Amino acid sequence: MDFIAILSIFVLACFVGYYVVWSVTPALHTPLMAVTNAISSVIIVGALIASAAAGSLGGKWLGLLAVVLASINIFGGFAVTQRMLAMYKKKERPAAK
Amino acid sequence: MQHAVNPWVAFAYLVAGVCFILALRGLSSPTTSQRGNRFGMIGMAIAVVTTLVTHVPTITVLVEGADYAALLSAIDTVAVFEIVAAIALGAAIGLTTARRIAMTAMPQLVAAFHSLVGLAAVLVAAAAYLNPVAFGIALPLLTPDGAVALINPVSRVEMGLGVAIGAITFSGSVIAFLKLNGNMGGKPILLPARHVINLGVLAASVALVGYFTLDQSPWVFWTITILSFAIGFLLIVPIGGADMPVVVSMLNSYSGWAAAAMGFTLHNSAMIITGALVGSSGAILSYIMCRAMNRSFISVIAGGFGAEASAGGAGGTKTDRPWKRGSAEDAAFLMSQAEQVIIVPGYGMAVAQAQHVLREMGDKLKAQGVRVKYAIHPVAGRMPGHMNVLLAEANVPYDEVFELEDINSEFAQTDVAFVIGANDVTNPAAKTDKTSPIYGMPVLDVEKAKTVLFVKRSMGGLGYAGVDNDVFYRDNTMMLLADAKKMVEDIVKALD
Repeated sequence: MDFIAILSIFVLACFVGYYVVWSVTPALHTPLMAVTNAISSVIIVGALIASAAAGSLGGKWLGLLAVVLASINIFGGFAVTQRMLAMYKKKERPAAK
Repeated sequence: MQHAVNPWVAFAYLVAGVCFILALRGLSSPTTSQRGNRFGMIGMAIAVVTTLVTHVPTITVLVEGADYAALLSAIDTVAVFEIVAAIALGAAIGLTTARRIAMTAMPQLVAAFHSLVGLAAVLVAAAAYLNPVAFGIALPLLTPDGAVALINPVSRVEMGLGVAIGAITFSGSVIAFLKLNGNMGGKPILLPARHVINLGVLAASVALVGYFTLDQSPWVFWTITILSFAIGFLLIVPIGGADMPVVVSMLNSYSGWAAAAMGFTLHNSAMIITGALVGSSGAILSYIMCRAMNRSFISVIAGGFGAEASAGGAGGTKTDRPWKRGSAEDAAFLMSQAEQVIIVPGYGMAVAQAQHVLREMGDKLKAQGVRVKYAIHPVAGRMPGHMNVLLAEANVPYDEVFELEDINSEFAQTDVAFVIGANDVTNPAAKTDKTSPIYGMPVLDVEKAKTVLFVKRSMGGLGYAGVDNDVFYRDNTMMLLADAKKMVEDIVKALD
């Protein structure tokens, strides 16, 4: 991909992000932060490439450390979001009681 | 270009990116949110598996037979094991933390998670700098001095930005974590001439990122890194506790831009899409928080709001006007006679962990035929949506919880406004007093209710902005002075 192609993806994704985030209900702003935090750990892709690459021992260990940090975020971020979202309940119907 | 990627691989990353968009889309309503979160997990799984499959670590082994010798490429099982172990270790720490963390500690947790993304970005950028050929961003050249990997100038800028934003996110989030966790005072710490220092350091790092395109020496890269760590620290240290919702959102945004910058370096669409989503998400949240405080983003970042105001508050702004004190029994009686009660929670409720007993009070009132609603100001608490999560934790149905603009007109037809742990967000001075530091901030019109019950620890403490609240001294206000949790427990007892 050339630079203009990836720049186009970036700019369009910014617009998608703008409209998607405005439609998030304010009650879910905390889970929004938790889940965006989890998905920004997609940086693990770079960490995995670094840890798998031969040629630089320092680069490999930095990569492995980044894999650990990003994994904490991925698993922790999605799990805590799940925990929060499971708490949001609608009013119980009187009939259900 | 050296980025000759298999189209299926590029397609897989694109699918991952789309899953992340759907994850955020799901959050538009609590009913679709859990499905959204699962999309996020699927997207992440696709991205990780694709990378693992396309980047299997290999070693070259010498195979010697009876009459031949050959160099063959084989899977490096040790390296594979190390990677799997690293993921497992991270998963164990992450899952344990997520399961154990108290909901009231969510702002600290989010800040801590942001710092990890920042540090991971720094490490990935550093790894890419040390081994650029593996990342496909450099041309290996043979010079008289030996083999040199010459990094593409465009990649150098992307890498420089990635490491700088990552480092700012890391050190800024660490400070935010320490402040939110109470390891560091919530009061802003003001260095003399801090604006000059901040701008100087910022200018130096921008200049160095530019210079990096001409000279890829290690000192340039590491100086950018160190300066950026310093910026993050200097930026967040002067910001006070109640401005934390803006800071946490801003750092959220930065962690996204850091991921996007690394995505540019790696030409990876999943990272670029995610980075753009997270970056805009954090930016929008910062904007919403600033608007809710009627402050400009620049003035929040410039810091020091709390310091000046509290100095003034200690001096002369407090008055010795008469006020009424009520008991738990008075409050219980007033609320049980009411047709509608609106509860206004704030950070004080979170500190006192009063959300569960508050819901119990709501249940008791509802059993007596009182309509109970909750009103949430956008900046109540320490992060966006903080109060909503705590009320959800206490099993308050989300359709009883209302945002400021949806409920503000109802106070005039409400019998009792029950303010617990909130202060500045109810201050009518924001509407009338042009000299007030919070003038222009949208506030909840609690004073329009027939009676205001104001739960507060003592009359001495002022809100974050350090301004006196007129509501305390009004004829229709009854102050309930006690610890929030203790007071609500007493009211619950009195309601029996």
